[in-house]
Amino acid sequence: MNLISEHLLSFILFVPVLTALMLLFVPSGRLSLLRWGTLIASLIPFGLAVALWVRFDPQQGGFQFEEYLRWYPPLNSAYHLGVDGISLTLVLLTTFLTPLAILASFSITDRVKAYMVLFLLLETGMLGVFLALDLLLFFVFWEVGLVPMYFLINQWGGTNRNYASLKFILYTMGGSLGLLLASQLIGVVAGTYDIPELISIWPSFSSGELIGLPVATVKAIAFWAFVIAFAVKVPVWPFHTWLPDAHTEAPTAGSMILAGVLLKLGAYGFLRLVLPLYPAEARLYGGWLAAFATLAIILGALGAFGQTDFKRLVAYSSINHMGFVVLGVAVAAWATGTIDSIIAVNGAVLQMVTHGLSSAGMFFLVGVIYERTHSRNLNDFGGLYAVLPVYGSILVFTAMASLGLPGLGGFISEVLVVRGAWPVFPLATALSTIGLFFTGAYVLKSLRLALHGPLNERWLGKLSEINPRELVVITPLMVLLLVIGIWPAWLLGLINRAVSMWF
Amino acid sequence: MTADFATMLSAVFPEIGLVVLMVVVLGLDLLWRDERVRRLGWITAAGCLFLVVLSLVFALPPAEPLLIWGGMLRLDAAGFVFRIVFLLGAALTALFSLGQDDLQKHGEYYGLMLVSTLGMSLMASAADLIMLYLAIELTSIPLYVLAGFRFRDDKSVEAGIKYLLFGAMTSAVMLYGLSLLYGFSGTTQIAELAEQIDRHSVPVSLLVISLVLVLVGFGFKVSAVPFHFWAPDVYEGAPTPVAGYLSTASKAAGFAVLMRVILTGFWAVTPIWMDLIAGLAIVSMTVGNLLALTQTNIKRLLAYSSIAQAGYILVGVAAGTSFGMSGAVYYLMAYLLTNLVAFGVVSVVGQRVGSDDLSAYAGLSRRAPAVALILLISMLSLGGIPPFAGFVGKVLVFAAAVEAGRWWLALIGVINSIVALYYYLIVLKSAYLLRSEDEQKPLQLMAGWRVALLVCVTGVLVLGVVIAPWFEWAGKAGWALSIY
Amino acid sequence: MQFPWLSLLIFTPLIAGLVILALPAGRRDWIRGVAVIAASLDLLMSLLVYFRYDATVGDYQFIERVPWVPQLGISYYVGVDGFSLPLVLLGSVVVFCGVLISWRIEDRPREFFAFLMFLGTSVLGVFCSLDLFQLFFFFELAVFPKYLMIILWGYPKTREYGGMKLTLYLFAGSVIALVGALAIYFGSGLRTFDMLALEKAGFPLWFQQFWFPFVFLGFAVLGGIFPFYSWAPDGHVAAPTAVSMLLAGVEMKVGAFSALRAGIMLLPEGARYWAVWILVLATVNVVYGAFLAMTQTDFKYVIGFSSVSHMGLVLIGFATLSSQGLLGAGMQMFSHGIMTAMFFAVVGMVYDRTHIREISRLGGLFNKMPWAGIGFVIAGLVSMGMPGFSGFVAEFPVFMGAWRALPLVAVIAVIGILVTAGYILLVLRRVFFGKLPDFGEHVPDVSMLDKIAIGLLGFLMVVLGWFPSLLSTVVQSGVDRILVLLGGG
Repeated sequence: MNLISEHLLSFILFVPVLTALMLLFVPSGRLSLLRWGTLIASLIPFGLAVALWVRFDPQQGGFQFEEYLRWYPPLNSAYHLGVDGISLTLVLLTTFLTPLAILASFSITDRVKAYMVLFLLLETGMLGVFLALDLLLFFVFWEVGLVPMYFLINQWGGTNRNYASLKFILYTMGGSLGLLLASQLIGVVAGTYDIPELISIWPSFSSGELIGLPVATVKAIAFWAFVIAFAVKVPVWPFHTWLPDAHTEAPTAGSMILAGVLLKLGAYGFLRLVLPLYPAEARLYGGWLAAFATLAIILGALGAFGQTDFKRLVAYSSINHMGFVVLGVAVAAWATGTIDSIIAVNGAVLQMVTHGLSSAGMFFLVGVIYERTHSRNLNDFGGLYAVLPVYGSILVFTAMASLGLPGLGGFISEVLVVRGAWPVFPLATALSTIGLFFTGAYVLKSLRLALHGPLNERWLGKLSEINPRELVVITPLMVLLLVIGIWPAWLLGLINRAVSMWF
Repeated sequence: MTADFATMLSAVFPEIGLVVLMVVVLGLDLLWRDERVRRLGWITAAGCLFLVVLSLVFALPPAEPLLIWGGMLRLDAAGFVFRIVFLLGAALTALFSLGQDDLQKHGEYYGLMLVSTLGMSLMASAADLIMLYLAIELTSIPLYVLAGFRFRDDKSVEAGIKYLLFGAMTSAVMLYGLSLLYGFSGTTQIAELAEQIDRHSVPVSLLVISLVLVLVGFGFKVSAVPFHFWAPDVYEGAPTPVAGYLSTASKAAGFAVLMRVILTGFWAVTPIWMDLIAGLAIVSMTVGNLLALTQTNIKRLLAYSSIAQAGYILVGVAAGTSFGMSGAVYYLMAYLLTNLVAFGVVSVVGQRVGSDDLSAYAGLSRRAPAVALILLISMLSLGGIPPFAGFVGKVLVFAAAVEAGRWWLALIGVINSIVALYYYLIVLKSAYLLRSEDEQKPLQLMAGWRVALLVCVTGVLVLGVVIAPWFEWAGKAGWALSIY
Repeated sequence: MQFPWLSLLIFTPLIAGLVILALPAGRRDWIRGVAVIAASLDLLMSLLVYFRYDATVGDYQFIERVPWVPQLGISYYVGVDGFSLPLVLLGSVVVFCGVLISWRIEDRPREFFAFLMFLGTSVLGVFCSLDLFQLFFFFELAVFPKYLMIILWGYPKTREYGGMKLTLYLFAGSVIALVGALAIYFGSGLRTFDMLALEKAGFPLWFQQFWFPFVFLGFAVLGGIFPFYSWAPDGHVAAPTAVSMLLAGVEMKVGAFSALRAGIMLLPEGARYWAVWILVLATVNVVYGAFLAMTQTDFKYVIGFSSVSHMGLVLIGFATLSSQGLLGAGMQMFSHGIMTAMFFAVVGMVYDRTHIREISRLGGLFNKMPWAGIGFVIAGLVSMGMPGFSGFVAEFPVFMGAWRALPLVAVIAVIGILVTAGYILLVLRRVFFGKLPDFGEHVPDVSMLDKIAIGLLGFLMVVLGWFPSLLSTVVQSGVDRILVLLGGG
């Protein structure tokens, strides 16, 4: 046990990979073994993450459970892991959502082994980003997650999957090229990739020339390179166009993880790297970020309102919700160290969690109905509430959480962001609040089209109520959304300590 | 330094041996009027090899070059090395001539070859203009006859006559050049020429005229452009073993005298002849290689290739240094073996398939993998690819050019060797890639051919891999040529 | 003198080749047996040498030296440093896989395996050479096996053209380098071909600047430098699978390595003078090569051009003359060698089974031959520089070096990476996914031996991606030595 407790983070990180390796030796015909094996194995990282949470000391500053191993000595890059309150929250979210997504994937019948292997590799990629404290390692995991996601969309996705998957990977890779180049530049200049070290070195480079250009210019370019890489992932308007396609075409569990965790990687990148590494540039360009965030909120909501494809609607809603995260980040960028910024970042991190839970739930519910009807067109539905009361209630609950109904998760986080942003960006905040109004509009529209009105004759007698497995998937999500909505302090305490210390 | 009579006698033992061997062969030819006459080739080859041994025992050169027989001959490493080269060439050619009834049934065929070898041997050692000219004629006249030896074959006769006409004319021009030299210096002793010319302060222009005239003769012997026109026709028409002999031993003899005469006789105009030879080298390489590209007859192809090879050797000579001469000597040794084996294969295939066309080589690698492999080795060695002798030769001559500051000459040389590789590979393509209807029929090889091919191929490999001992000799020869 | 591991390593294939030639042509089992035994022995020995090499000491180890032509200062002189050692390993891995892949060759297997073995000796000999003459000797030893293997067992439509083009280009490059090498020999005044001695010769500046292009460019032709790259796609495509693997996987490294060994390391000031131009050419390689690869319709040509693009990164790494750049180049040589060997192996497997190479006519092969598909995916990810695979840990330092030398290069070259991702994904989708064509039902899976080869190559690519220090410690020790020659750095 000593081994495990000393290398807790490594175990969390690599248990999925080890599981994947073991799966390779399971004959591909043994479906139930593959499914249950993966599910049980994916609970291990969750258990370890909970243990991590229990043993985590929120009062202590800096990173905890650090691990350090020389990884690529000539570049001074190390296998350096560590967690603080922010990353711990996201690790918990990831390890929590993955088993649920795997359970949701039990309906997959085609090439189950490959599917499960890719899914587990995806989990490692995401966890790696949250745990890495080395820029190079961060980048490695950042990109590693792409490949399994690409194949999940490309192989198990919908009809337009080729287009969507290629768009997904090219956008994300294209976005990361800047990150890659800027990381190299930082590495060349600073001589190290260790994130805590870089945070103390890099911002203090301020005078003289770098690579033949004034330092300020170089740093501004590097800042935007980072921003674009993360903005593509979040996604911030105008880099969002890959998202509706990818979400729509991905298999249900893929969408769950994509919306639930993958988008958080971008936001996490802002918090972990952009703000600490480029405080000056962040202050300079914070207004732009806020503007983009506001546009994402409004246009995301409007975009969602215009959809008739249920899944696409949910996808656009992600742009809308993630806009609040970016708005929180923008506040922190503009007004570092103020109480407003701390409140806003608290809200942003909490929004990541609640959006992760609600969007995963929404995508799952869309998947549930899609599996039964093979349609995602809202106009095809109607009156489902009467036929599927349990499903309908769940859908209403989740949609309300996503809408930001007081008492459910989304409310608290959005309030915090808005509260933090109000003194800093009054106009942007005002506009965003209008965006919230549109949010209500599209959520209600979708509920009306799906659940109310006359039942489409096509489904008569063909629809079955949500089954126990699906209930097992959705219940934990609902419970958590409710708990956070009613008593957020247990999570906010953790986040708040970390945020106060980090900024 | 003078030598006593015993030394002088032992120094020409091999030459005497050649005369004896010739008499024996002709005598046996008279006695054996039946099938046994076919053994003459073996006897010639064995005799030549015996003479090689004889040279190694009796005619080893002294550390310092020695003038013997009243200044007629010079006992030095160069003469020694070349003699061995000629003897080996003669032996191998005799073996390749086996099985060709119109050649091997005539004792005089071998007799003429031996006389010619005697002439070459004397050429390489000649230290006097008169001796030199006599040796050249002693070499040439039998070769004219050999080239036209198949007197029932029009092409062969044409080859003989062509060779004779060209040879006679260039010989006359050369003789004129030599006589000018004598006129300037008042001596026929090559060693004294330079000194005398210096003393009489002969104008450079006259000396250059004489140089050009002499070069015409030597250029003909080594088949350098622009004195090369005879080569393709003669090689094509002459019996294949004779063509092989012409292209190797005869060329080597030409180089031996070329190096000896210009290094000493024309000492006064060294920069000029360096440039002239460099020019000859460039045109020989370029013209030879370019014309070879279009050939479809392998003997013509090899003829042009041998013109180009003469160009490479001239690169070494044009360096004008001792190292350059060593390189040229090494190249000649490598080239002798390589080209002999190439002509050997041509001779074998020509005998068995009945054609010297490139198309006759189709399917060779399936029909006779070993012969194809030997062809491969010879072509690659000609192309200058390791681990074969040609590679070392090329590196040495180009190195000599670079050492002399003539890196551009080396550059032209290597560019030419790229062109050359193309047509050597084309030959290999025929042998390895193309198919033919006869490829199931095995190719019968006579024992003599096998021995000769094996010896050559081993030599090519040994010269290409175990370089040091042979280079030692080439170095000594080069040194001996460049001092007087 | 210690046990002559390197000589054994170099000459085992040669001896095996000669033994094979002596075997009767009909005994295919014996022929293949000898080949596979020799290749395995070589692989084991190179692993042994790799792990017994002491990177903390660095410099040349396993040195053997025998006078060869003492009159000219030529010796048989072998040794490995951190830079050449991984390449030795690469050479034996690829030869081993090449033998496995070629197991079922029908036409004249005796000559095929013998020539393959000779090729092995040639490349290993170059990597181990510490004598300039010997380097050429081994370098050009490869001429005839390459040519004959391409024209005899290659793709019938283009093999004559491709084989001849490749052979002549490479021969041309090497002989021009030879002139430069001879100039170095005489210019040093040392009368030796010993490269370790020549490194210290202290050539005058003009001399280095004048002769550097001869040596470097001459060898870099074999490394596929722009504008002398066009032999590579044509030659690779025309060649039979195992030869494509060796050509693109190892021979191109032979060129790049020799350019480094005889060019940059002997004439460092010349390298400094010309570095910017090389950077420019190599950047063109990376970007233009990638675009050309994108436009190909032939499966194998895509890979052929991708090699041109990737070798550009190696050359960029060299030309940065910096620690990271050289490290990256060393890593990239190994990584690309393994990757492209895998690519060509997969292409060969697909072609052997479908006799089609047009991308548009293929499709859906993943389910028919999953191992080949996975192999292609891994190689493709390496090729795009995806983290977690060997390509990333190799390309990353190259770019770091480029930032230091000429930042614009890094910015432009990165386009090549994006384009690479594009064409790899397109090819992957069209060939391995999508609809299976009509003939597809009868496509058999790959053989057990193919799987071993794929497994070995794939394993190396993934392991290096996660544990770069397995390779980087060794390479770095070699880089340190080069930096000393470059005068600090």
